[in-house]
Amino acid sequence: MTRNPFKTIAIGVAFSPNLKANLYEAARLSQFFGSKLLLVHVGEYSEEKNTTIIEILGPFIANRLDYELVFQPGDPVEVILKIVIKSRVDLLILGAVQRENFLTYYVGSIARKITRKSLCSVLLLINPSIERIACKHIVVNGLRDERTRHAIEAAFFVGHALKSEQLTIVEEIAQQEVAVKVEDDRSLRKAAIMKEKLRRREDNRIRLILEEIPEEHKSQLSVKTQPIFGRRGYSIGHYAQVVRADLLVMNAPGKVGFWDRLFPHDIEHILAELPTDVLIVQ
Amino acid sequence: MFLKALPKNVFSGFVVSLIALPLCLGLAMASDAPPISGVITAIVGGVLVSLLGGSHVTITGPGNGLVGVLLVAVTTLGLEGAYAAVICSGVLVLLLGFFRMGKLADFFPSSAIQGMLAAIGLIILGKQFHIMLGNKISLESSIDYLLEIPSTILGIFSYENMGFVYAAIAGIVSLAIMLFYPRIRNKYLQLIPAPMWIVLISVSLSYYFELVAQQPNPIHPDYMLSGIPTVQEIISQLPTPEFGYMRGLPFWTSVIALTLIASIESLLSIKAVDKLDPQKRRSNVNRDLKALGLATVGSGFLGGLNVVTVIARSSVNVNNGGTNRFSNFAHAMFLVIFIVLFSTQLTRIPLPALMAILVYTGYKLASPNLIRKIFSVGKEQLLIFFTTLLVTLFVDLISGIVAGVFITFIIHIIINRNLGLFLRNFLKPNVLMYREDTSDDNYYVSVKHFCSFLNFYKLKEKLDAIPEDRDVVVDFSLCEFVDHTVMENLNGYQDLFLKRGGHFEVIGLDLHGADSKHPFALRRVIPGLGLLHINLTNRQTTLQEIADDYQLHYESEQTENVHFLDSFRYFQTKKIESIYNRLFNTENTFRLFDINYSEGEFIAKEKVRTTMLHIKLNHEIPEFTLDREGFLERVYAFAGFKDIPIENHSDFSKRFYLLGEDEAAIKRFFDDDLVHFFESNPYYHVESNGTGLLVFSKERLAGVKEIKALYDFGKRLREVVK
Repeated sequence: MTRNPFKTIAIGVAFSPNLKANLYEAARLSQFFGSKLLLVHVGEYSEEKNTTIIEILGPFIANRLDYELVFQPGDPVEVILKIVIKSRVDLLILGAVQRENFLTYYVGSIARKITRKSLCSVLLLINPSIERIACKHIVVNGLRDERTRHAIEAAFFVGHALKSEQLTIVEEIAQQEVAVKVEDDRSLRKAAIMKEKLRRREDNRIRLILEEIPEEHKSQLSVKTQPIFGRRGYSIGHYAQVVRADLLVMNAPGKVGFWDRLFPHDIEHILAELPTDVLIVQ
Repeated sequence: MFLKALPKNVFSGFVVSLIALPLCLGLAMASDAPPISGVITAIVGGVLVSLLGGSHVTITGPGNGLVGVLLVAVTTLGLEGAYAAVICSGVLVLLLGFFRMGKLADFFPSSAIQGMLAAIGLIILGKQFHIMLGNKISLESSIDYLLEIPSTILGIFSYENMGFVYAAIAGIVSLAIMLFYPRIRNKYLQLIPAPMWIVLISVSLSYYFELVAQQPNPIHPDYMLSGIPTVQEIISQLPTPEFGYMRGLPFWTSVIALTLIASIESLLSIKAVDKLDPQKRRSNVNRDLKALGLATVGSGFLGGLNVVTVIARSSVNVNNGGTNRFSNFAHAMFLVIFIVLFSTQLTRIPLPALMAILVYTGYKLASPNLIRKIFSVGKEQLLIFFTTLLVTLFVDLISGIVAGVFITFIIHIIINRNLGLFLRNFLKPNVLMYREDTSDDNYYVSVKHFCSFLNFYKLKEKLDAIPEDRDVVVDFSLCEFVDHTVMENLNGYQDLFLKRGGHFEVIGLDLHGADSKHPFALRRVIPGLGLLHINLTNRQTTLQEIADDYQLHYESEQTENVHFLDSFRYFQTKKIESIYNRLFNTENTFRLFDINYSEGEFIAKEKVRTTMLHIKLNHEIPEFTLDREGFLERVYAFAGFKDIPIENHSDFSKRFYLLGEDEAAIKRFFDDDLVHFFESNPYYHVESNGTGLLVFSKERLAGVKEIKALYDFGKRLREVVK
């Protein structure tokens, strides 16, 4: 068995209508990944809360779920970030909010702050459900970035653990890289040649990464690469929506400054408009 | 190549110059500039743009659109000041070219542009109408000119000087020639364009009176074309542009208006002419803008006006066999020859005759037909049109176009009752394009949120990067609102792709509502209203045509009678909501349809729309599912079953995934014929429920071409299965 990138999974527990669904999803994932589940409630300990949680998790505990309950009052963002560091959490699960009247989801302000500052991987769930929904198609980014290797490895790990069927690696190539502005027939031909070159270069790069993925993770997955010319971060979300992927795996962003929030790019686009469940790999 | 095409281009250049000459004189006079300045514009433009430009069959010269703005410039700044403004606007157009602002014209709603052009048409018509009828007046505003028209018409009958009456007659006869010329289909008559007939007739009449009748021309001398200088005079009397006004605001409003109109008129013309190009080339608009800017600067220094690309003269060029830029050059050279040889003859043209040509052009820009057409697209378009038109007439051009853009935006917000849709998504890159990873390798473009004149350039940028001989599918099913400007532009792309051997298809609009029957009407998703179809989309009309072609029935309405699909494994985990756009034969054994189904429930619910084919069979066949190897996700319902190998067909087994319960029966059913059929045809997902076959290819709606392919595949499959 290869190294499990997600040894400890944490989830923030809030007593909302979604509580049961959230806990079920988290417990299920922990068992699929063979990880320890850390349940964090920001607030004082009470007997009642404790029993509610244990009761919900009943079926999983019976199935030998490795879990731990933590109660700690304070500012939600700070508490969760602190626990992430203290308990060496590898994966944090957060729920998303649905925009009123629309079938679009976004990440609420607290979850968004945590996502930006978190030092561990984050999984954003758009529709936690009590019944298991099979994760059939995973889309992962294949950006030219040093973190991409981790993201792809994690995607394969998840795909293997969840018995997914298809994994698509999307190579987003910035339009600027084409460097030829299409103005007439000649420049169009030039641009087409340039794109073909870039496509081959990207495919090669991805192939190198794929070679290092353990064979057992690759075997039952059908792997595809799809080059897309467009804005980083945004077009992959759009693609995931179009092909109706079940999980989108992305690199964690670099440092996010003031300007990045004003002119959102990469991950910020995804946070504002979740196309599907998103796993951000640190 | 070039030499071989030379005679054709020289000829078409000659024909164009015949129209250009009277138009140039008239447009210049309408702008209150000396008549010769129009000809100078065309000559400088023709030479420079043909040498440096990036388009192929366009003709350049003075444009209709600029008349209104130039008029204001000449009256406020004087002629020398106006030349300075022309030069400055030339520099700005040049800069637009350098900054690749060729997409500028895409930012204006098309109804607003039409309103602006109609206003320009009315300005031209209003001013020149009086001269055409021998009544030179000078009034304050363009509105006053329009209001004076009735009294001028009545005035004809009370002229005391017969010279004015003859002037009016010349004008009316010329207008009649312009009006009736297109209706007379005589090959010899059509050899010379109508404006040139007017020139020829009036010049020969003038000679008739002088040489044959030996009496003075009956038309009043004030109404004869005057001030045509000889070539020597043109060179010795070059105007000195007066740059002294540069500190004032009126100067810069003129410059901006000139730049705006010149670039919009040119860009629209280039776009339109590209569709006419018999050799299907793509113009480099930015390079053309640079050339036009440079030509305008040169023209301004030589006493000419703004150089723009003009649509009417360009289409005459194409019609007469022009194939490259040399025809533009030749048209300029012929104009030079006319001026050198016939400058004195030109003074024999009566002014009303020239003005009749302009009145006709003005009328064409603002004709009632146009208004009817806009109304048929939708009431809201008419509101945009008239807002732009009236503000342009009463205030000025820039305010007019700004008002048009503003009202369009307001209307879009009101129609959608949602400002957030626009504000939230305005800056987002809402267009995704990629090449579908299938054997046919077509381009797929998906548009999200909304698509209107505000962000059409993003879609356009992607579409322009696709060679026109490829297949493109543009999917709007994630898009809540699509406006008229986009619909109209997409139609342009459709024509272009069709002409160049490609295929351009718009899907995902069938569920959007529209208020009028026009194919370019704006569309938005109406939640909860279902499918109230007043307006068939292009795709639906084509489906209707396919139905007629193949002797099928077509129904666009949504129906929930979908039980014939229930027994297919594919739908076991899915909920079918409805089917629509049905194509079926009389016995209802062969049906093609769009289907709406959902996976999952409640919040996990995902809606899917696909095009499928269902064939009902008369005999029993084994249940099976066949798909291309690797597309496991569609057949997970069969989990636990293994790929059934067919003996002696290892290639088939390698490429296809065949599943089913009764392995022996399936092996018997897949005989050589059937295996060969599948091997030699494109991949489809084929599923049997024992009595019927379900065939489809992608989990999205199919374009018309894909539907035809699916139909053909199904028909042949049915034969083989029999």
